[in-house]
Parts: sequence; C-alpha cells; structure tokens
Amino acid sequence: MLAFVVQRLYQAVLVMLAVALIAFALFNYVGDPINNMVGQDTSQADRERLRQELGLNDGFVVQFARFVARAARGEFGLSYQQARPVGQIILEKMPATLELSFVAATLALVIGLPMGIYTGLHRHSWLSQLLLGLSLVGVSLPTFLIGILLILMFAVVLGWLPSFGRGSVVTVGWWSSGLVTLDGWRAILMPAVTLSLFQMTLIMRLVRAEMIEVLRTDYIKFARARGLTNWSVNFGHALKNTLVPVITIAGLQIGSIIAFAIITETVFQWPGMGLMFIQAVSFVDIPVMAAYLVLVGFFFVVINFVVDLLYHVVDPRLRVDRERVGIG
Amino acid sequence: MRPRPALRRVFDSDLWWSFRRSPVTVAAAAVASIIIGGALLASWIAPHDPFDPASLSLLDASNPPAWLDGGSWTFPLGTDNQGRDVLSAILYGSRLSLSVGASAVVLAMALGVTLGLLSGWHGGLIDTIIMRIADVELSFPAILVALLIDGVARGVLPRDAQSEIASYVLIAAIALSFWVQYARTVRASTLVERNKEYIQAARVIGVHPAKIILGHLLPNVIGPVLVIATINLALAVLTEATLSFLGVGLPPTQPSLGTLIRNGNDYLFSGDWWISIFPGVVLAALILSVNLLGDWLRDVFNPKLR
Repeated sequence: MLAFVVQRLYQAVLVMLAVALIAFALFNYVGDPINNMVGQDTSQADRERLRQELGLNDGFVVQFARFVARAARGEFGLSYQQARPVGQIILEKMPATLELSFVAATLALVIGLPMGIYTGLHRHSWLSQLLLGLSLVGVSLPTFLIGILLILMFAVVLGWLPSFGRGSVVTVGWWSSGLVTLDGWRAILMPAVTLSLFQMTLIMRLVRAEMIEVLRTDYIKFARARGLTNWSVNFGHALKNTLVPVITIAGLQIGSIIAFAIITETVFQWPGMGLMFIQAVSFVDIPVMAAYLVLVGFFFVVINFVVDLLYHVVDPRLRVDRERVGIG
Repeated sequence: MRPRPALRRVFDSDLWWSFRRSPVTVAAAAVASIIIGGALLASWIAPHDPFDPASLSLLDASNPPAWLDGGSWTFPLGTDNQGRDVLSAILYGSRLSLSVGASAVVLAMALGVTLGLLSGWHGGLIDTIIMRIADVELSFPAILVALLIDGVARGVLPRDAQSEIASYVLIAAIALSFWVQYARTVRASTLVERNKEYIQAARVIGVHPAKIILGHLLPNVIGPVLVIATINLALAVLTEATLSFLGVGLPPTQPSLGTLIRNGNDYLFSGDWWISIFPGVVLAALILSVNLLGDWLRDVFNPKLR
C-alpha cells in the first residue's frame, strides 16, 4: 500500500511539473514580459536593469525553479489587464466557481443515482426508455445550447429567474457566498442545472449498466433463492457493489465539472474562474492564464490521486492483484 | 451474370442488413446526409450569399421566420441583426463547422496513428516519452486542452494575422487534444500484432521496417481507428462550436455554427430568438445523428459490446 501511494505521488508530482513547465514557458516566452510591464518611453538601459533585477537573464533551470517556488506560494505576478496580483484575483473568483461546481455535482448525484437505479431495475418500462432517450439527447446537446435554451425559457419568456450573475452575495472573510440568500439560490439554479446535466446522464447510464451487470450474477440469484426481500437484494446486495465504479467516475468528473464550468460561466456571466480564464484568453493576459493552468492542473492531480486511493481502499481485489504481480 | 457486382456486394453485406434493421440508424443517416449535403452544396442552394456585404440591407434586419407575423419567404428562417439570411448563414456555417471538425479528426488520426505505431513498434524510450505525454494529456478533458492550445497560439501569433489563420489554429488545437485516443488504441494493437507470424516472417525475409509497418501492420490495426474517428467527428464539431461560442474559435468574419449561436445570443433578450436557436438546432441534430451513426458502427464492428 505504501509503495502504491509513493508511486502515485511520484506520478502526480511529474504531472504537476509538466503543467508548471508549460505555464512557465507560456509566461516567459510568449511575448516579452518586460514589454508588458513598462511603458514605451522606458530606455533600453532601464529595461536591461529591470531584466536583470527580475532574473530574466538567469539560466533556464534557475528561472524554472524560481517559478515553481513562487507558484507554490500562489505568486504569479501581476495581471496585464487589471494590474493586480493574479493570486488575489483568483482568490476572489474561486468561491463562485467552487459553489457552482458543488451544487452541480450534488444535483448530478442526487438525481442521476436514483434514475440509474430505476432504469437498471425496470429495464423495459416506458419511463426507462424515455429517460434513456432523453439522456442521449442530453449528451448530444452542447452545454452552451442548453444554457441558452434555459435562459430563453425561464428568463426571457417566463421571467422567473435572473439570466446572469450570482445575485446578492454575503462575504465571510475572503469567501463570498451566494448560497445563504434566496436571491443567490435563484441565480445559481439555471447555471447549476446546465452544468450538472452532462454528469447526471453519465452517472445515470453508468449506474444502470452496472446494476444490469450485477443483477445477472450468481450471488444475486442465490440471494433471491434465499428468500430475501426485493428491497434487500436490490439495495443491500446489488447497489452496494455497483458503487465502486460509480465513486471512481463521479470523483473523476469533479475535475470535468470545474473545466466545463468555463462554458457555463460564460453563458450565464457567472463571475468565477472560468469566465476569468476566457477573458484572460481574449486579452492574452498570460499571468492569469498561467495561474489558471497551474491551479486546474493541481485540482485534477489531487482529484485523480484521491480517487486512485479510494479505489484501492474500496476494492480489495485490486490490492491483492497488484501485490501478487509485484507492481504495487 | 451479375451486372453490378460492387453495388450488389454492398446490398448483400452484413453492414447493410444491420443498417436496414435499425430505424434509428436510418433516421440518423438521413438527418446527417441532409445537413452534410446542405453544407456541401451551400454555394448553390443557399438563397442568399451571407458573405456579400452588397446584398445585405439593414431594412431587412431582424426579420422573424416566414411563418410568424412580419416574416416573408424571402428569408425562410428570418434574418439576423445585420439583415443576413439565417438559413444561408446556417448552410455556410455548417460547411465551416464540418470542414474544421473533419480536418481536425483527420489530423488527430494521422498524428495519433503515427505516434501509436512508433510507440508500439520501437518500445523503449520513445514509447515511454510518448505514453507519458499521453497520460498527462488524458488527465485533462479534451476541451480544456484545446482551449489552452488555442489560447497560447493567440498569444504567440501576431494579432493582425489571427482571423485569417484562426481556422488552422482551431484545427490544430482540436487535433492536438484528440490524438491520444488513437495513439493508445494503435499502440495496443501494434504490441499484439508485431509478434504474430506474418510480421515475423516479413522480418526474417528482410523486408524494410518502413514497408512492414505501412504495408503489413497498418492495415491490421486501422479498423478500430476508423470507428473512433466517426464518433470523434461529432465531438470535434462540438468542440469547434464550443470554442467559437466562447469567442476563441472562428471569428465573426467566418461564422461557423458556434459563432452564429454566439452572435445570436446577444439578441436573445430583444426577443430575436431565431438568430441563435436555429443554428443551435442544426448543430444539435448534426451531433446527435453523427453520434448515433458512430454508436451503430461501433456495435457492428464489435459484437461483444452489444
């Protein structure tokens, strides 16, 4: 187990270094950082001095090491567009994205799981067929189109929900929360539904496939032969065993939710990190782009790492196999 | 006594039989053919030329579709804020969307198959490097990778050249985010195939390695790749549309379906829903039908999954 953790950690560090390298290259070689900082009337000597002070004349390895060390402390320099520290900007935007992702993930799980169980247990009922058909359409509809349709329906035609922004937020320390006001909940409803739909259909299809598979196995047949109630067979025996892959996939999807939040945030003008990133891309605001890249890379690596460990803990077979072949 | 053996073979094949047996697939094929056909023939069948500024008139701006009050059959699906015919814009837009999507898939396939063959055939350090890069890329969603590559390219390239080469940048970004799947599939089957007798025999009689790889190995590993390519076409079109919608894809001068939806989105609140909804419907129909065709192909070629 320890060897497995170490091996995974090593991989995670490798991925993080690769991401940092890309961000660093972006930072240093896309355009001239000095030109982006000083005005046109700065003399050549001043530029050279600034270059020397900022350490831009040092060797590649030294500069990269410095970049990693500063990134680890959350320092990414100043945003070209807003002339403020990037770390500060991200810290302001992070609560919005995390709240949106959290609500979306919860929605996906709370609705997707029962739908998956139902369609798995009652494969041929009309409701199952309907849900499956809808899920196929849901997968094919682009996220931004779903958002536009929702806005058209609930904001333009019916006028029930706001079409952009977070509503009123309450700031506690550095965390600004929209989840404590009614206004905030009204604002988060449409973005969260939009963001969760893809994951919801994914979880539903996954649970359904796993349920169907497990219900075919011998131990379920024996459980029924022993005269256990349907409830106990379906939920105590079958569902429990379908949850292993569901945990994995659902866990890995948290990363995708953060990534897809870029699209949802753009559609609903949600003031989070995704919208910030899109704006940074259109303004070629390299420090913000680099910081977002490192941060999202970090999220992904942590999530992958935790899911790997969870998988290992939940499924004992994996442990035995690995030890036998001597990989772990 | 067979007049047209080639055609006969098509109609006698398992593929045709299973195609005819699945009404959903037939419907999907019909929808896909209509959209693709419309895109290919855009310059002939489009009622107006949306790229010709001379034909635009602001008097025609924001006309609703023909069946609503104030609409006319000159513009069957209405016009946008500049008086462009929405139907024509959709026809030309799907052509752009499809050509960017298809080029990206072909490029991703070429890149992925080459790297996969190289990786599986050589092994060793090359294999390790290629597969490590693949692992890193695979831990991020493709759309995020495409977005990053696109964003970086915008930073590197001069601003005035950007709108001209935007479609090439987009194709490269999508291809670079999609190649991993091909490389992994090809590498896996190459590892199996290269130890089989026919490859061994070819080696023993001294056939040049390049000829073995291209002439003997490639035909035997390409099957699954073509299936992946069909499914990927839908994904590539979706990625293109998403990036264009986000404003980092094709510029307004070359409107793809995604760009059209983005443009129309600004007029949603003034009630001009047709500017963005019609391109959206076409996009969704295209993706759904290509997805269904891809699923069907996968099932036919891989009966185990049925």
